[in-house]
Amino acid sequence: MSKFKMHVLVCGGTGCHASQSELLLENLKTIVADKGLDNDVQVIATGCFGFCEKGPIVKIIPDNTFYTQVTPGDAREIIEEHLIKGRKVHRLLYVDPENKEQVEDSKHMGFYKKQLRIALRNCGFIDPENIDEYISRDGYEALVKCLTEMKPQEVIDILKKSGLRGRGGGGFPTGTKLEITSKSVSDIKYVVCNADEGDPGAFMDRSILEGDPHSVIEAMAISGYCIGSTKGLVYIRAEYPLAINRLKTAIKQAREYGLLGENIFGTDFSFDIELRYGAGAFVCGEETALIHSMEGNRGEPTFKPPFPSVEGYLGKPTNVNNVETLANIPVIINQGPEWFASIGTEKSKGTKVFALAGKINNVGLIEVPMGTTLREVIYEIGGGIKDGKKFKAVQTGGPSGGCLTEKHLDTPIDYDNLLANGSMMGSGGMIVMDEDDCMVSVAKFYLDFTVEESCGKCSPCRIGNKRLYEILDKITQGKGTREDIDRLRNLSTVIKDTSLCGLGQTSPNPVLSTIDNFWDEYIEHVTDKKCRSGQCKALLQYVIEPENCVGCTACARNCPVNAIAGERKGIHVIDQEACIKCGACLEKCKFNAVFIK
Amino acid sequence: METIKITIDNKVIEVAKGTTILKAAREAEIHIPTLCYLHLHDLNIENKPGGCRVCVVEVQGRRNLAPACVTECTDGMVINTHNIRVLNARKTVLELILSDHPTDCLICAKNGNCELQTMAQEFGIRELHYEGEQSTYREDTSPAIIRDVDKCIMCRRCEMMCNDVQTVGALSAVNRGFMSVVAPAFEMNLDHSVCTYCGQCVAVCPTGALTEVDHTNAIIRALADPTKTVVVQTAPAVRAALGEEFGMEPGTLVTGKLVAALRRLGFNYVFDTDFAADLTIMEEGTELLDRLTRHLNGEKDVPLPILTSCCPGWVNFFEHQFPDMMDIPSTARSPQQMFGAIAKTYFANKIDVKREDMVVVSIMPCLAKKYECTREEFSTDGNPDVDFSISTRELAHLIKQANINFNALPDEEFDNPLGESTGAAVIFGTTGGVIEAAVRTAYELHTGKKLERVDFTELRGMEFIRSATIDFNGLPINIGIAHGLGNARKLLQDIKDGKSEFHAIEIMACPGGCIGGGGQPLHHGDSSILKARQKAIYQEDAGKTIRKSHENPYIVQLYEEFLGKPLSEKSHHLLHTHYFDKSKEIKVVE
Amino acid sequence: MGQVKSLDDLRRIKEDLQQKMKLRENSNDPESLVQIKVAMATCGIASGAKQVMDFFVEEMDKRNIQAVITQTGCMGYCFAEPTVEVTIPGKEPVVFGYVDAKKADDIIEKYIKNGELVEGIIPVNYETIEKK
Repeated sequence: MSKFKMHVLVCGGTGCHASQSELLLENLKTIVADKGLDNDVQVIATGCFGFCEKGPIVKIIPDNTFYTQVTPGDAREIIEEHLIKGRKVHRLLYVDPENKEQVEDSKHMGFYKKQLRIALRNCGFIDPENIDEYISRDGYEALVKCLTEMKPQEVIDILKKSGLRGRGGGGFPTGTKLEITSKSVSDIKYVVCNADEGDPGAFMDRSILEGDPHSVIEAMAISGYCIGSTKGLVYIRAEYPLAINRLKTAIKQAREYGLLGENIFGTDFSFDIELRYGAGAFVCGEETALIHSMEGNRGEPTFKPPFPSVEGYLGKPTNVNNVETLANIPVIINQGPEWFASIGTEKSKGTKVFALAGKINNVGLIEVPMGTTLREVIYEIGGGIKDGKKFKAVQTGGPSGGCLTEKHLDTPIDYDNLLANGSMMGSGGMIVMDEDDCMVSVAKFYLDFTVEESCGKCSPCRIGNKRLYEILDKITQGKGTREDIDRLRNLSTVIKDTSLCGLGQTSPNPVLSTIDNFWDEYIEHVTDKKCRSGQCKALLQYVIEPENCVGCTACARNCPVNAIAGERKGIHVIDQEACIKCGACLEKCKFNAVFIK
Repeated sequence: METIKITIDNKVIEVAKGTTILKAAREAEIHIPTLCYLHLHDLNIENKPGGCRVCVVEVQGRRNLAPACVTECTDGMVINTHNIRVLNARKTVLELILSDHPTDCLICAKNGNCELQTMAQEFGIRELHYEGEQSTYREDTSPAIIRDVDKCIMCRRCEMMCNDVQTVGALSAVNRGFMSVVAPAFEMNLDHSVCTYCGQCVAVCPTGALTEVDHTNAIIRALADPTKTVVVQTAPAVRAALGEEFGMEPGTLVTGKLVAALRRLGFNYVFDTDFAADLTIMEEGTELLDRLTRHLNGEKDVPLPILTSCCPGWVNFFEHQFPDMMDIPSTARSPQQMFGAIAKTYFANKIDVKREDMVVVSIMPCLAKKYECTREEFSTDGNPDVDFSISTRELAHLIKQANINFNALPDEEFDNPLGESTGAAVIFGTTGGVIEAAVRTAYELHTGKKLERVDFTELRGMEFIRSATIDFNGLPINIGIAHGLGNARKLLQDIKDGKSEFHAIEIMACPGGCIGGGGQPLHHGDSSILKARQKAIYQEDAGKTIRKSHENPYIVQLYEEFLGKPLSEKSHHLLHTHYFDKSKEIKVVE
Repeated sequence: MGQVKSLDDLRRIKEDLQQKMKLRENSNDPESLVQIKVAMATCGIASGAKQVMDFFVEEMDKRNIQAVITQTGCMGYCFAEPTVEVTIPGKEPVVFGYVDAKKADDIIEKYIKNGELVEGIIPVNYETIEKK
């Protein structure tokens, strides 16, 4: 094997893919070959680097140069300048938004400094389509160790000791879940990987499957060994074609190596994995709904108990774990439970991957130790609020979570703290809002989502969320009353109290947390009929400042509904009843006399 | 039995492990309201999707309220069924359901018989705090059933009946969230689905979302037409249930009052479908003996077992689902159709009325009969043998509309010749009855001996699949019985797999047989009503002087005067039918 | 490819890839390792910098010394090409001029292994062009 002196890693995640990273990769490979560098330079596609805000990403190894927003046309310059002449292409370097300085080395980027990558350890580092690269990073060693040196219960004990909890939202201890399934007596059992990621803006599971599929396969085999199952199923959204392909490739390679199939490592343990495709219903992330969907039935939840660990897929004991949870398992086996338990807070161990989105500079995927504060995540890793605006709130836990505010910024993030503050971990979505966001509209946005995604089985979720949405809509239309806020509160409480599954039990969280934390804004909407952020169009008022009005009649002539009255050279007035808030007057006024109230 | 202790509303009680909170509460005489929940205890049918959330209770130590219908009690559980949190939640949930439900109660087919309406009244709902948009869907009218999905509350009872009990698979939830509805596959109309019109969905629907096609007005018009001779026939199960509509105890036999009421409504001839049931036995019993004899004589390809064919829901079922086995059921028409065919030929002739001037109406416990009488093969030159079929419920409405004080009516007798029947015909109304009637006749025809014991109790009961071996003078005849189409499917599958050892099988589409038919007074989940009706049917049989079909003097007369003998050419023409492969008929159309 | 039947089989695959992956692993934390930067601009290449770089890559591996070997642009000492900058953890970078295979060997054996100085150090007030 020739010795490569340099590696060029090109992000092959979905985000960068969408920005022509595939063509970029092709160009890099062709030019490297043209220049006769193919023995010295290896160009590969890796999984997601997480820094999706600035994709496509190209990283040059060994000097760790981190190029952002690279286009296919930049390939030649990178090769001719950087690879041949050793001169970095400065215009492609990341610029720190704080001090406006170029950062040459990814290690010195604020985005990566605070991160600790366990679940994402291989993402952006290895070629996900090459099983050897996974193996070179201790891949499948945990599986060997489990199969040849440990009894299933010993493996379960390690996971219990590590304190690993489910990363899909519920936070149930992973070891205990495996233990219950292992103790359920049955001829057939199943291991299910829940890859039905559905929170808006969350894509950690997709990134892991795209960037490190083998870690999930290995963990599923380990889970199978723990519970006595030979059959694994991955329930994955059909909208994740890249992840599906990578996973298929990985399963094929693992089979060729005998790491899946009969008698793995010559032991009497056999295990194989099949893919099942979901149609993208949010509720199918709920494990009973997921199982019904896999069985070919309508994807809707059923009452628990019985839990899937006892009665799951086809009525058999089934261990359901989410992708990120699984990705942690091989490392825990290799590094030991004590190491894992040393990271994080008292009740939440290890790290958590978050998808940063919204009004934040560094949109992307990050992994931090549990207990990191929101401030560190938003300001240090996220690079602060966009355009220097003021932070207002952060929504965690996806559509089921709540909005946290300024006063929560120094709260260490873990399962229990988020819950105590009216939000939740969820699958790790984090959407940042600034002063321009109207919190009533934010609540409405999330309800719009849950109304769409409710399965319709139980009445509080099916009808209640619709009513919540309607009341919120009424408030943003300026037609709300003080009583509407009380109705929102009662309805939210009842929906949470009576809904069948996690979706309905949490869907009113955005409403309750915005009422709790932004009471004034609600009151302004219903009593003053004002929206301070100006997002609620219906609440805007266009008015003419008499001092500035010269009576040019431009506004009146351009008003499409003749809502402006006034004599030439006289002061003009807008009839608020007739005004449709189109903004034409504001646009036409040359004397800054029209403004929004 | 392992028991656990729970505290419910400060009452400490002991219940069996695995008992739900709802059942425990009922044991403790605490009434927790339910809406989607349905438990037909004697039939072992249960619907508990845990969907309506009206039955929520507070369980100490739990974050959320628990649905009583699906939550199992655990040892030491402390339950509160009516504190303010629970009451507010229940009322809010009910208000939500009502906010997405049309408020046209006054003109709804279910007015006064609607579980949602009753609950709103019990809860004292006076205003809706959460009004908003209502979900709407097109109305779907089939020959037997009307779906008005706007009134659906997603209790899923119909779906459970159609899929789990009947295994028909015509109804399931489609669309999501607020727009969810229960509908046939691809949102087709029912008449483009595998629906058998058994009507079990209608029988359990708590609201007006599923109702029968109403023919009462057509009948009023026919009765008012002086040029028409209107003949009515009434099925055996009707007399055991109609009284319920007039406040009588379930299981009250109202045969005499039923005849009197029909006469007062203006029917020219009040006849009994039971007469046709006796006729069915003559034809079907003879067919059984014919196939059996040929089989015993060594004929190889005689289709056995023979399956009864008097249930139209069942006929629809095998035409859709087992088209390759259409040679197995008897070719005998159902009693309703035999009656129509005889009425419009033999009887019309007798009273010298032209076919087109005669209107035959049937009173049925069944909705599939509405469809059956529209089948083309049961008409002559476009004139159907049976013009209208109405349900027991529709008849009750008709009687009430006509200001007839049903309870005060005297008992009257059916008209002749088509009103005379035997005890064998009466038991057609319950599961096991048809085959018992057939055995009574077939035994005597086969052995030539008189049957000493006419009560075959081994064939009776409510178990879904039953079997018995009857000694035909040394020849053991294996009888199978199934009611509920899901159970029929099991027996059919056995036949298909060559595992069936039966010579004859009786199949009824509805759980309980016709007494539990889709057109009967609503049982609202109380299966003891079905048992009471069954008891009444056997009581009527026991009270009859003639209890074997072939001894019915008017049947004997009919064969002598008109038909000749069973399976004669005339019989074939008038009393037998053929089946159609309908598995291909289900196609997606725009 | 054959089936993986044991931990040893896994380790073999791992070893085959070691050099390649080491490059990436080491880049995660270059400060803790010996860093060698070979100036590979036109002037350097013309004077044989490529051969020098190849020599370092191969020999450091052979002699089992963990190092990050990168190429860099012209350091401005075109008179002394090929030039190589060596940084031993905790020490200031040192630049060597006129490096050929023999000099490279000396640098490895004497300076990197034992910390002894080797002839040909370019006295520094240097700053690389890049850092300006």
